[in-house]
Amino acid sequence: MSESRDIITVDARGLACPEPLMMAKSALNRAGGKIVEVIVDTTTSRDNILRMAERERLEASERVDGDGFIVRVERKNP
Amino acid sequence: MKKVMGFLASKPGIVVTGAVIGILAPILVHFGNPGNMGICVACFERDIAGALGLHRAAIVQYLRPEIPAFILGSFIAALLAKEWKPRTGSAPLVRFVLGAFAMIGALVFLGCPWRAWLRLAGGDWNAIFGILGLISGILVGVLFLKRGYSLGRSHPAPRALGFAMPLLALGLIVLAFISPLFGRSAEGQAIGPVFRSLKGPGSMAVPIVVALAAGLVIGFLAQRSRFCTIGAVRDVVLFRDPHLALGIASLLVFALATNLVLGQFKAGFVGQPVAHTDGLWNFGGMVLAGLAFTLAGGCPARQIFLSGEGDGDAGVFVLGMIVGAGFAHNFNLASSTTGPSPYGPAATIFGIIVVAIIGLTFREKNA
Repeated sequence: MSESRDIITVDARGLACPEPLMMAKSALNRAGGKIVEVIVDTTTSRDNILRMAERERLEASERVDGDGFIVRVERKNP
Repeated sequence: MKKVMGFLASKPGIVVTGAVIGILAPILVHFGNPGNMGICVACFERDIAGALGLHRAAIVQYLRPEIPAFILGSFIAALLAKEWKPRTGSAPLVRFVLGAFAMIGALVFLGCPWRAWLRLAGGDWNAIFGILGLISGILVGVLFLKRGYSLGRSHPAPRALGFAMPLLALGLIVLAFISPLFGRSAEGQAIGPVFRSLKGPGSMAVPIVVALAAGLVIGFLAQRSRFCTIGAVRDVVLFRDPHLALGIASLLVFALATNLVLGQFKAGFVGQPVAHTDGLWNFGGMVLAGLAFTLAGGCPARQIFLSGEGDGDAGVFVLGMIVGAGFAHNFNLASSTTGPSPYGPAATIFGIIVVAIIGLTFREKNA
């Protein structure tokens, strides 16, 4: 995991269910308004994080990154 | 095509997958598969282990085409959706051990999680103890996950690795078609290289092409929808996410309805097909299986579908289950319709200890 001023980046590539989503959630809990970007390498992990974002009414977007995806999540009203 | 693939990954998609499994399984029973065992990943892998001579329990030997068809159905779906990704390296040895002990636990209960729900939908109340055990095992697994349990990362692998399980599946299907040509004793008993039960559950089967068709359809749908009976419970507990649980609810409702229509619903504890009435070890066996599946990241069918989409570690788990089935029968650990074997309970406890040690000791390095 790396952390800049505005973005917390979590590398969840290669991890089995449910670890990528657990990592995303724990990063969000510590984010305090920062944006969380999770790097994943399967559509399953990507979809799990997007579904969680929808459930918890978070702002979410995704983009292709090499062989995988970067899912960007942030709380709208911290 | 893209629309169809996207739909299957959505909420209606998981419900459709559960419905198709729920409808097809009782129909497969109607046309020849064993009672409440239209589809059972543990039982069918055990039958395959028997067919290959990894155990010699005469009544449970058959090269069930459903299992290799699952692999190929998932392989095709993953290729079409561009999700086929050869990968490996996440503690394969540990996954083999988890697979073997998961199988031993499942054969003390007599069924995988799919069959636990299918047995319930057929009126076999013994399944309730198995399902309670399964949930308990998953809950313990969730505790380990919360403590930081991880088998570490897999890494991209050469394309050849992604073909390993689909090719193995093709090989098994070829053997299923040509095995009647192999050696027979004077009584007609198969004497290898591929074995086949003359009586008992291993002798009860739908025609090969029917099994293949059902397996391909289910493998395709389940790869797209990520249907998983372990994730169903785990995600509700961990994330309050009912997505995968909808799949099980759908399976249960449609299997119950199909059983009622076909006159296969028979409520009670006693005299249920390929089942025993020992509540304690129906529960205990599934505690072991549920814990092992949770630590491996998914139910036995999900491991098969993952192996089809290129996950070599899931493939090792599947092979671990098949070898575990060999041990379960060779060491007389598997239950019979009369109850647990004399050694089943001890093996279950030993398995829970081994799997718990794995849960306590494995952490990802450089997390």
